Amino acid sequence: MSKKENQHLTPPPDTMEKEYTTLNLGPTHPATHGIFQNVLKMDGEIIHEAVPTLGYIHRAFEKLAERRPYAQITPLTDRLNYCSSPINNMGWHMTVEKLIKAEIPKRAEYHRVIIMELSRIADHIICNTIIGQDTGATTGFLYLFQWREHIYDIFESICGARLTTNICRIGGFDKEWSKDTWDKIHNFLKNFPKELEEFNGLLERNKIFMDRTINCGPISSKMALEYSFTGPNLRAAGVDFDIRVATPYSSYQDFEFTIPIGTSGDTYDRFTVRQEEMRQSMKIIHQAIKNMPEGKMHADIPNFFLPPKEKVYNNMEALIYHFKIVMGETDVPVGEVYHSVEGGNGELGFYLISDGGRTPFRLHFRRPCFIYYQAYPEMIKGGLLSDAIITMSSMNVIAGELDA
Amino acid sequence: MNDTLKLISDKIEESFKGAVLSAEELYNFNVITVQHEHIHPILKLLKEDEALNFHFLTDLTGMQTADEKQLGVIYHLHNLYKNNRVRIKTYFDINKPEIPTVTDLWPSSNWMERETFDFYGVRFKGHPNLKRILNVDEMDIFPLRKEYPLEDQTREDKSDKMFGR
Repeated sequence: MSKKENQHLTPPPDTMEKEYTTLNLGPTHPATHGIFQNVLKMDGEIIHEAVPTLGYIHRAFEKLAERRPYAQITPLTDRLNYCSSPINNMGWHMTVEKLIKAEIPKRAEYHRVIIMELSRIADHIICNTIIGQDTGATTGFLYLFQWREHIYDIFESICGARLTTNICRIGGFDKEWSKDTWDKIHNFLKNFPKELEEFNGLLERNKIFMDRTINCGPISSKMALEYSFTGPNLRAAGVDFDIRVATPYSSYQDFEFTIPIGTSGDTYDRFTVRQEEMRQSMKIIHQAIKNMPEGKMHADIPNFFLPPKEKVYNNMEALIYHFKIVMGETDVPVGEVYHSVEGGNGELGFYLISDGGRTPFRLHFRRPCFIYYQAYPEMIKGGLLSDAIITMSSMNVIAGELDA
Repeated sequence: MNDTLKLISDKIEESFKGAVLSAEELYNFNVITVQHEHIHPILKLLKEDEALNFHFLTDLTGMQTADEKQLGVIYHLHNLYKNNRVRIKTYFDINKPEIPTVTDLWPSSNWMERETFDFYGVRFKGHPNLKRILNVDEMDIFPLRKEYPLEDQTREDKSDKMFGR
């Protein structure tokens, strides 16, 4: 028998070399929703190894922040996780308020809670509908995505911007919300739940969706903790850690809500945890509106909080304060603060060192995406390429936050 | 000094005499500065000690001191069971920026150390893959160091004389 005829038989060991294919997934791939590059080493359709490349939209925010007065850093935080920028804004305001030891009135804090929970819903809408989209269910994506637009309408009526909001200020809100804003919020609260349940009905118990997502890109709770997971991804793995409960900020201790947790940390669990978090966010907003305290909308800190415009024109002190704030000439205490909030993706931390100058001496953003994305190669190893795509969307990796 | 802070600093002192340079509470946060020679065993102790159990690495970042002669690395640790947090700081000479890696304790420190190396040039000894992460590979400076100002210093139309940095 010739050698040629023999080739379909199993060759003796060590006579054949295993070959892998290299596949460049990204940097701009329609399935990755952002600028992510992964160099994949493929064994057929199975991923053998993945090496992520970062930094495609790195904008040096930490360096820029060292040259900007405190109020001017808020627009930088917008561009971290741009799917829920109000949470970033509030986190930054609260960090500065912690540094200057400002007491914020409850009324302003409740208003902040409403905004933060709305943006959490917007963030989760994006993530969950994109999971649907990537598994091939575009319908839910189109149904629910308009409600993100309604949330952005609410933001627009409060601060004038939709995506990069720069909402609220150090010290509180500049004015009471208009009737139009409240109408929009009530409209949202009235109509969103049934749309959410409709979307939920399309996917949650859908056999195809379940087969596709259960046991796809799983992570154990032990590994999730080792990789410093936070937020919905950690909770999907079964750890009930939420900053809103662990170290309440902005009056979160006043609200009743439950923290949903998953069991296996796979794509399906991440999906369901986010679904439930949206419902819990609605619950928090209802409570905030129902128990809204009376009082002022901002703290009494003239050194940091801009006076009303008509006072600037007619009042000496107001003009002085206006000038000082705009030029960044207010005295900031020397200190070192770490403040963290529960962002859309997890613990969003601000580590601020002030040397008393007009700008921070050092500012570091603890960006949840950046930290948990490093577990991604481990999570997709040995899985199919198509699973890697939905694992990434279910982790909700946002390029802006990843690269800062 | 609160109880937790005292417990932590006593535990460190017990094993490493004179390693704690300062222990204070800043803005409701326990902050301990330690000698950089002992940083790895101290973090190992904090992680593995039954009573302390700081098993979660929240954050790792670098900084440069105001006199520009030292670099610092700052670890934020968290005990999720008791909800205690601690910040461990360590400083070392900028001309010899070497410190052991903690990737063997927390896999999550991998990219955070790379980021710190990228921006401050801290060499983490024993790191499996210490190369730049956010900046381009060809970059030959460490951009967050204070010696590299943000704006072009040859410009004359923008003066910092009036309003400081």
